[in-house]
Amino acid sequence: MALWFSRSRNIIAHLVKTKISPINQSLFHAKYISYKLPYELVWELRKEYSSTATGMVFRRFESARAGEVEEAVTYSTSDYDDDDDEINDAENKTIDFPGGSVAFTQQMKFISESPDKRVPCYRVLDDDGYPIAGSTYEQVDKEMAVKMYKSMVTLQIMDNIFYEAQRQGRISFYLTSMGEEAINIATAAALSFDDIILPQYREPGILLWRGFTLQEFANQCFGTKDDYGKGRQMPIHYGSKQHNFFTISSPIATQLPQAAGVAYSLKMDNKEACVVAFTGDGGTSEGDFHAGMNFAAVMEAPVLFICRNNGWAISTPISEQFRSDGVVVKGQAYGIRSIRVDGNDTLAVYSAIRAAREMVVREQKPILVEALTYRVGHHSTSDDSTKYRPLDEIEHWKTARSPLARFRKWVQRNGWWNDEGETELRGTIRKQLLNAIQVAEKSEKPSLVDLFTDVYDNLPLNLHEQEKSLRETIKRHQKDFPSDVPV
Amino acid sequence: MVDVSSNKLKMCKITNTSLSFRLNIKSAPHPPPPPPPPPTAAASTTNIASKRHELLLFEALREGLEEEMDRDPRVCVMGEDVGHYGGSYKVTKGFATKFGDLRVLDTPIAENSFTGMAIGAAMTGLRPIVEGMNMGFLLLAFNQISNNCGMLHYTSGGQFKIPIVIRGPGGVGRQLGAEHSQRLESYFQSIPGIQMVACSTPYNAKGLMKAAIRSDNPVILFEHVLLYNLKERIPDEEYVLNLEEAEMVRPGEHVTILTYSRMRYHVMQAAKTLVNKGYDPEVIDIRSLKPFDLHTIGNSVKKTHRVVIVEECMRTGGIGASLTASINENFHDYLDAPIVCLSSQDVPTPYAGTLEEWTVVQPAQIVAAVEQLCR
Repeated sequence: MALWFSRSRNIIAHLVKTKISPINQSLFHAKYISYKLPYELVWELRKEYSSTATGMVFRRFESARAGEVEEAVTYSTSDYDDDDDEINDAENKTIDFPGGSVAFTQQMKFISESPDKRVPCYRVLDDDGYPIAGSTYEQVDKEMAVKMYKSMVTLQIMDNIFYEAQRQGRISFYLTSMGEEAINIATAAALSFDDIILPQYREPGILLWRGFTLQEFANQCFGTKDDYGKGRQMPIHYGSKQHNFFTISSPIATQLPQAAGVAYSLKMDNKEACVVAFTGDGGTSEGDFHAGMNFAAVMEAPVLFICRNNGWAISTPISEQFRSDGVVVKGQAYGIRSIRVDGNDTLAVYSAIRAAREMVVREQKPILVEALTYRVGHHSTSDDSTKYRPLDEIEHWKTARSPLARFRKWVQRNGWWNDEGETELRGTIRKQLLNAIQVAEKSEKPSLVDLFTDVYDNLPLNLHEQEKSLRETIKRHQKDFPSDVPV
Repeated sequence: MVDVSSNKLKMCKITNTSLSFRLNIKSAPHPPPPPPPPPTAAASTTNIASKRHELLLFEALREGLEEEMDRDPRVCVMGEDVGHYGGSYKVTKGFATKFGDLRVLDTPIAENSFTGMAIGAAMTGLRPIVEGMNMGFLLLAFNQISNNCGMLHYTSGGQFKIPIVIRGPGGVGRQLGAEHSQRLESYFQSIPGIQMVACSTPYNAKGLMKAAIRSDNPVILFEHVLLYNLKERIPDEEYVLNLEEAEMVRPGEHVTILTYSRMRYHVMQAAKTLVNKGYDPEVIDIRSLKPFDLHTIGNSVKKTHRVVIVEECMRTGGIGASLTASINENFHDYLDAPIVCLSSQDVPTPYAGTLEEWTVVQPAQIVAAVEQLCR
């Protein structure tokens, strides 16, 4: 994988400092975002503290790393390029506590609750799809770029048509990813097929990229007998073991602690893959977010946490969700490296996820990526977002800030796409989708026996009895039983 | 779980005693219980042929766990202080050195997290065992257990299975306080998709532990704080018990006493008194809390026609409540009297020793109930 050198300070700093301990990195990071951190609060981890709990933790998992064993990290003042004088002073004034040595200070200073400047956002293309001067990114060739763009279009059309189908009463529920197509597709393109995905629910693009067909999407939404979930979950709760996409579970953020477990499993198997766990801005308020992040950090689990900060959790804007500078700063609180990226910039997301994924697999440590974006659609078909946000705001993000339009301009300017291709693509996808819906509508539903199977590995006595009882009831009231459900 | 679909099973009349509810696993012969009256009868009818060794219940759990971890490299343990500390009740003592830090994982204090983590690991092919330091703490993991552990095999259409074991000590101890005296089997019994078993002796502790680990379903193994130091001689050779089977502790003719976990010992104590008074109680340790072993229980009810349930759960919504309903539904015709259910009161467990003692069913109450029932 080609490493590139970016002139963006954020990334180069991370690349250069990867050999330094996370604590030292926090020093760098702290300096970068201009927190008012006095030098006295610099931490030093010394080898003689290996007898403390922290020291033991760092030693304990050496044997468990996938691939090469990491060199033992030595912490010495020579690693601090910038603060030699300050550190030498601090060296003389340190005290010992569980957790390491801290420099002490006679001044009482509080760390500010908010930085002077917010963490900047990594971006490659401007709003018109022109690469920003001085930006560097992972190069994308024609084939990849066209594939990404086509997938984004497919996702958009799929969302539109299924949403309409719900409005027409043909499916019971739907949830769109409008406005977040870049996050969906660019992330999928940047990962490997072996990376295990633990989605929240606004990431169907990843399945799409991995080869899930429009028919398979329709089967799940219509709950037909061909649905891999056997009609047991509500629409959009896709799951496919063969695509390494865990079945979606409605409660928010429950997948985050599970991600640590999946990563733990990969570690045991020494696999060259990572776990990718998604959540939204609202999900970061859940206890499970704290749990999952903390666990991943302590267990040194190869999890890539991606937070789609789209500004809204149903009707709750982020100003009412948290008071921190978004989600990216929370990474440092857990000892997790993090980055903020423009989620509507396909190339930026692609590059950032590529880099993050490589770091996760190579260093066997979690990373947090906050992708800033906007939820163009309503939360779901059960929501009307015009009730709590202005129409013109939605329109603005739908048109002027559309990730598809932006990426399309870049792709077309490279001569890799044109208007004819666009019309043709949209026509084809639309036809395929309408066909898929028709097929799904005509398909049989899962049979009655699937109401009772898979609760356990085999049918226990009580379920067997309950099934019998239900069948007897159906026999007595044959005409009340739906005709498209095989008994 | 045994597939009963192929058996010609009639709902209420379970007459075929050779009906195989048994899993196809090796079980060592369990010694038949000694015949009623006086235990001064010198000759024990136990099977002296098999070699045995003596150990405590927590050691039996450890032995079972160790054998399974040796047998299958996918088995791992996670929980608070299970690693180098060896577990709060020493069930995993020595494991971290033997199996390494990764297979015996110390976790931060977040029950929802490590249960969720275990579920994620199970979905990816491992067979984790989650140890709750106290069952009550697993209330924090209720979301993961109910919404994910019990459901994901079903909602994923069978694609992902969750072969985890969740275990830990529960029940009323000696002045542990209300929050540490929870009986979680009441809360969990309704969750579809999970199995629940309760161990009460070193023999069944080891057997159930092994069976739970080998099962592909999520199993919750309820241990009891006060039973960890019970001593028993168990067979040397390997054995695995059936998760859905109840244990006949003492056969009898007059009344069926159903119980589990610690209450078994109170019942046996009461049984001694009852025998002296001329009664012949049949004592069954139900062991399997979800699903109930209606086969064993049914046969007993048909024999004695009277049932007393002795449990540690609260009166409202406990295992006894469900068992009462189940027996009434299935064996109503065989009952000569209403089922008597002795349980704890619907109060949080008080700290004061004397008060605590009276929230738990005592042998004297059991004797009185049986005498009342058999009049």
